[in-house]
Amino acid sequence: MSEKKKQDQWRWTEFNWKNPEIDWKAAKYITVGIDVGSVSSQACIMADEEILVYSNMRTGWDSSNSAGKALNVALEATDMPEDRLDYCTGTGYGRVNVPMADRSVTEIACHARGANFIYGPGVRTVLDVGGQDIKAIRCDEKGKVTNFLMNDKCAAGTGRGMEVLSDLLGVPITDVGDRSFEYEGEAPAAVSSNCVVYAKTEATGLLRKGWPLEKVLAAYCRAMAERIYSLVERLGVTPEFAVTGGMAKNRGVMDRLMPLVGVKTAKKKRDAQRAGGVGGGLFGYALCRRGKGRKK
Amino acid sequence: MITAGIDCGAKNTKTVILKNGEIIGKGSVLTGFDLERAAEDSLVAAVGDAGISREDLEKIGGTGSGSHSIELADVLVIDIEAMGKGAHYFFPNARTVVDVGAEEARAAKLDENGNPVAFEINEKCAAGAGVFIEVMGRALETPLEEMGPLALKSTKKIPMNAQCVVFAESEVVGLIHANTEKRDISKAIHDAMAGRIVSVIRRIGVNEDVVMLGGVGYNPGFVAAMRRELNLERIYIPESPDYGQAVGAAVVAGEKGYVRTEKKRSLGGQKNVRKKEARPVEMDRIQLEES
Repeated sequence: MSEKKKQDQWRWTEFNWKNPEIDWKAAKYITVGIDVGSVSSQACIMADEEILVYSNMRTGWDSSNSAGKALNVALEATDMPEDRLDYCTGTGYGRVNVPMADRSVTEIACHARGANFIYGPGVRTVLDVGGQDIKAIRCDEKGKVTNFLMNDKCAAGTGRGMEVLSDLLGVPITDVGDRSFEYEGEAPAAVSSNCVVYAKTEATGLLRKGWPLEKVLAAYCRAMAERIYSLVERLGVTPEFAVTGGMAKNRGVMDRLMPLVGVKTAKKKRDAQRAGGVGGGLFGYALCRRGKGRKK
Repeated sequence: MITAGIDCGAKNTKTVILKNGEIIGKGSVLTGFDLERAAEDSLVAAVGDAGISREDLEKIGGTGSGSHSIELADVLVIDIEAMGKGAHYFFPNARTVVDVGAEEARAAKLDENGNPVAFEINEKCAAGAGVFIEVMGRALETPLEEMGPLALKSTKKIPMNAQCVVFAESEVVGLIHANTEKRDISKAIHDAMAGRIVSVIRRIGVNEDVVMLGGVGYNPGFVAAMRRELNLERIYIPESPDYGQAVGAAVVAGEKGYVRTEKKRSLGGQKNVRKKEARPVEMDRIQLEES
């Protein structure tokens, strides 16, 4: 099949990252949050309340393997032995399948807690756009969830929908946002925002009609933004507003979403895709500090 | 009286020619993205199949999701009406009709003349339309025409989500990785889709006899799943189910005293039926067919 030969444009690179300013030996508690999502898995090791290392991997077909892989890649970035970990929290779509976890916490709680850490305590509304679901979360100044809404069982507006497009158009997924702003004419109307399959048919039709690639990307990003907004609108936005999950990195969707929401996003201090893992790590830290850590 | 019905669907454009209530010619082409050309091409194919000349056509009815671009139609027929009349043409006893197209599924309750009295459409989501099986076939690396026969070989029941084509595709890949037999996955796909379509039918209520139109009627696996879901011994399916709606359009076009202002012409002021030379099918279309 010819389809197999072409490069998978939606595959982003897996990576790990280490905070050079922190020495793990000085930390009292070292905790890890493993967020096994439907598309990506993150392991985030926290030294007390700071991020030490972080890894971002694709989730494979076996979630327990993915969790282990994410943790190992994170550990590779540091010289810390695995048994130094005081607490491990599993979260995300595959949280029940994290074998090394001491406890599993829902990703909604973790994302709210993580956003509170990444964007600061002023955050009241968190939008998490993940691989398969979108969640709008209301939280208090401690990052505690007070209300939330989730998308229906539908891929429209999710990261998976963006992967389908990037695959169809052969544009690397990390370039979609920037490319969509390269179109200089008037911003095109959105394609179907109800169904990824219809949007795909429409995008193909527009290309055949002679639309430049950038214009189609712009129309698609706009559809995604409108779809995501319909969920945020139902919950209502209380500033400050923060976006977490992989889609937070896509300028094409985010810059089109913000005028709809009408509030400025809170300024982020760190990569927002790891909010789930960070939140998990922080939960572990809080438990350890209260003496409710792992029983040895 | 000779009439033609053109059904411009999301995937294929079909034309049927009726002479005194009898089908004398059929033609089907891929719709592609030039709807007018597809309508023209399928009409030319049907006229050729019937062995008549274009001037013999007294009236042309257009229907389907792309009917607004069929400028050569004298009468535009609403999809629901066309499918009702089409079902009535083949099976006068029909009281419920379901039309499963490539990107839409519709169900209607009919009176004794084939006029719809209630209907439901699933048009906001591609799950529960023909494209669902097509996409799943791609994930299973099985040609579309083998999907149905494959499903018939299975007796297992695997629950599957048919809420979203994109998610269901991930689910199928997951099942493949879990070493599930292909035939069991295929059956699960058909069951899930039939469940979704039956929920559309149930909203208007099931009246026997149930007629099924649309290209999915060729798929024995799907028909079996529909029978199971509806708990019926038999579902009535014409020999060429994909032409059902085109037949309905041809019937409506020929009905005496039928008055309907043609949307396109009253708006655009184009008075005459455009006569164009039949264009050869170009390369890009053939490639489209292959991909």
